Amino acid sequence: MSTQRALEVRGLSYAYPDGHQALFDVHLSIARGERVALLGPNGAGKTTLVLHLNGVLAAQKGSVAVAELPVIKENFKEIRRRVGLVFQDPDDQLFMSSVREDVAFGPANAGITGARLDDVVARALEAVGMEDYADRPPHHLSFGQRRRVAIATVLAMDPEILVLDEPSSNLDPAGRREIAEILTSLDLTMLMVTHDLPYALELCERALVMNEGSIVADGPTREILADADTMKRNRLELPLGFHPQNAF
Amino acid sequence: MSPQCKVVGAFLFVIVVVLTPADAYWAFAAYAGIVMLLTRLGGLRSGTLVRRLVIEAPFIAFALFLPVIGHGERVDVLGLSLSADGLLAAWNIVAKATIGTAVSVILASTTQTADLLRGLDRLHVPRIITGIAGFMVRYSDVITGEMRRMKVARESRGYDPRWLWQIRALASSAGTLFIRSFERGERVHLAMVSRGYAGVLPMLEQHSASSGEWLVALSLPVAAALVLAAAML
Repeated sequence: MSTQRALEVRGLSYAYPDGHQALFDVHLSIARGERVALLGPNGAGKTTLVLHLNGVLAAQKGSVAVAELPVIKENFKEIRRRVGLVFQDPDDQLFMSSVREDVAFGPANAGITGARLDDVVARALEAVGMEDYADRPPHHLSFGQRRRVAIATVLAMDPEILVLDEPSSNLDPAGRREIAEILTSLDLTMLMVTHDLPYALELCERALVMNEGSIVADGPTREILADADTMKRNRLELPLGFHPQNAF
Repeated sequence: MSPQCKVVGAFLFVIVVVLTPADAYWAFAAYAGIVMLLTRLGGLRSGTLVRRLVIEAPFIAFALFLPVIGHGERVDVLGLSLSADGLLAAWNIVAKATIGTAVSVILASTTQTADLLRGLDRLHVPRIITGIAGFMVRYSDVITGEMRRMKVARESRGYDPRWLWQIRALASSAGTLFIRSFERGERVHLAMVSRGYAGVLPMLEQHSASSGEWLVALSLPVAAALVLAAAML
């Protein structure tokens, strides 16, 4: 694994216009190729942090850099190519009238056209096993298929880091496994926001725990999930009968 | 056939129909013949076409009043004293609206919505208009689904409003649906911005139509124009 930083967040703080302080002095560093889970209770600031990674929210204090490139307005075009953000609800992510157009949306915004665009779209759909659905409207697909296409929409942008918000939510067990297989097959840096702790353990070697706007724990996922005190303090709970030391 | 050719052919055909004098009855018969031919060529059943024509019912209802409320010379029809000018005006509206709607129905029935929007893009209709239309089509299912779930939730709690005095519950559901749709709009915008959207939707398909396709599509308004010219002689 390369030691080059895929993501570097330093002293990041953010308050919403209503005064609610969502992030306090967040420090975080992810090496290229790492797969990291971002855990924490509802309202911990996970989504706020994620929206800073591609500049949708602007840092009020501190800095964010993706593969050494600072997240500032002048770099937004390249930053949004480098950070592939997959939203929780695929209906938010798939807004065009066909799967092909949705997957082409990002690369087309980056100026890719013609045969190269077709090639990029075909490869992204192939990576998630959806190449036969290119001409289908997204709303005619099952939820699991829509989530796979949502992943393809960001893979088409050849990102440096894939950021997934709750990738296993609302999926049946088979769909959950299929997404896991797709994610493990990708040679990409990954930051996965999730409440699904067994999924985090299965896919990510490292976990960060956020609570009340700060990173309160950072370490191997198995150790964090086995630390009863950290788990309890941060409202994290494992499914009944699940023991992280024995799993996988 | 490329959708832009179909759109232009249909639009020009309707323009010619609208320009036709109301008393050129045989010209309207010829247009109706062309519409029937198009129905056959498009593989559309006559019954389907007629069912979809119901959309023009409000216009027809309005037109039916004109002979009654119209002024000028009166004529007796089935024992009723009707305005001759009103009858002609009603015929004008019914004939032109029916032929125009029929052509639109045939166009919509033989072209995928996404293709239709791509055709409009090729014709340089502002991207903001085709974009909004695309979002409307894309999210109609999602919003209808939310509406259905809200209805089920209401009924599951023993409330099934269906009378005017229960409209408050429906209004509150409509308000909730509006807020949810607005919030979804914000999330969709975030997703667009995250994939490099900077205010202009990219043009994704650049397929231009062949001259043969244009020739076939334009034969429709040309045929109608010939009918009109003959009617004007």
